[in-house]
Amino acid sequence: MGNSRLEVHGVSKSFVQRGGALLDVLSNIDFTIEAGEFVCLLGPSGCGKSTLLSILGGFETADAGRISIDGEPLCGPDPRRVFVFQEYGIFPWLSVNENIEFGLHRLNTDERRRRVAHWVGATGLGGFENALPAELSGGMRQRVALARSLAVEPDVLFMDEPLGALDSLTRQKMRSEISALWQRLRPTVLFVTHDVDEALLLADRIVVMTARPGRIQEIVSVPIAHPRRFGEPEYVAIKRRLYRLLGLGDEV
Amino acid sequence: MKRFERVLLPFSAATGLIVLWSFWASGGSGAATDFPTPLEILRGYRHLLETAPGEHSPRLVQHVVASLFRTTFGFLAAVLLGIPVGLWLGWSARAHMAWDWLVQMLRPISAIAWIPIAIMVFHGDELRSVMVIFIAAFFPILVSTSAAVRSIPTMYIRAARNFGLRGLPMMQRVVLPAALPQIVLYLRISAAISWIVVVAAEMVGQNGLGWLITDARYQGARTDLVVGTMIVIGLIGWGIDVLLRRLEKHPRVSWGYPQRG
Repeated sequence: MGNSRLEVHGVSKSFVQRGGALLDVLSNIDFTIEAGEFVCLLGPSGCGKSTLLSILGGFETADAGRISIDGEPLCGPDPRRVFVFQEYGIFPWLSVNENIEFGLHRLNTDERRRRVAHWVGATGLGGFENALPAELSGGMRQRVALARSLAVEPDVLFMDEPLGALDSLTRQKMRSEISALWQRLRPTVLFVTHDVDEALLLADRIVVMTARPGRIQEIVSVPIAHPRRFGEPEYVAIKRRLYRLLGLGDEV
Repeated sequence: MKRFERVLLPFSAATGLIVLWSFWASGGSGAATDFPTPLEILRGYRHLLETAPGEHSPRLVQHVVASLFRTTFGFLAAVLLGIPVGLWLGWSARAHMAWDWLVQMLRPISAIAWIPIAIMVFHGDELRSVMVIFIAAFFPILVSTSAAVRSIPTMYIRAARNFGLRGLPMMQRVVLPAALPQIVLYLRISAAISWIVVVAAEMVGQNGLGWLITDARYQGARTDLVVGTMIVIGLIGWGIDVLLRRLEKHPRVSWGYPQRG
């Protein structure tokens, strides 16, 4: 699996509201993601982080600015850069196997079978190959989404709050699985979340955004080795800093 | 207990209804009536099930076959044309803009209103009725398919585009399968409409169940034959619905319905 370097220069985006007024969603976004880096976009709801991800995924266009991938300008969605959605991103009419196979239509039958079998195993879906998504738990469904995305061996993963719909225990488990997969395969990952701990456990760097219009407030590095643990002094120090940036106190 | 009730309840309701009906229709309530009693209807079936000399099957069967044949062809033509056109109008915002006004205008016109035009266009009975049934089924199928496509969650479309799907593969692998549960639901409704309309279309023809009803009137107001035929129409319509309901059980379709029980 390869990986890519993403450069975002001066990206802005606004939507026309009902009544005709312009709503600035993103304002002058500038950052670079190194090849193989895990970056989290962290910010409150409505800060435009999902819009930014949609633009990078090629599904929406920016009003201004420039995005390049390994030096080439971005033009539309591409199987080399795969999007993982929060919910319903897998096709409910296809079985687990068929979902994972979905993006492999350019490969021959043998290679397709080999990859499906590999990712069924790697994401712990063994025994559920022929199940429909409705028969699976939320965590299992998200594993199918991951397996489907990873099966095409992408250079970049865009993850839009992929764990947002899960209960907190499943969420933690999936978080470690994602982290382990990333450490093994090293794709470039851009991961949107509003969960401070999630960003801290996963990311090399955290892009903290402010709301309306979405701006980058600060980019925070997390120089802690994996596996990371809650409560280590370094962890707590960065967490305090993130809370301050988000305008939150550290007591409940 | 449950299974017992499932048989007993409709059975006793039917018995009660037949007793009341017999009592009322035979003038037991004091007022004379032209409405046939259940017994008279049963006797009427003897007439309907006669095989005329030189023919192979009973009259009723011939007319049932004629009506089913037209309905099947008209309905299938509506499916084969309505689903692709619906997919196109649902998928392409431009096509929708260009043609939606026409669909919205033609849709509320009863298929029955097309009968005079069908008579002018086609000389045979068959094509005439087939055309009317086609029109009756085509618009619901077209409109529901197009609405189903437009309500597909953006995520499915984005995911498919992400994996490089466009054009025909996008239609085959994502748009049609995603819309299928809703389309099938409306196929059932459209088939019911077709069966309703075939009777009306045949009333101006020379055979079929619709014609049988009109003919019974001319045979000296044989209301026993009229009601007898109506019961057959109802039972076949029910049968068509039961048959199409089985489509909803198919795994490619059933995923789209909320799980019951």
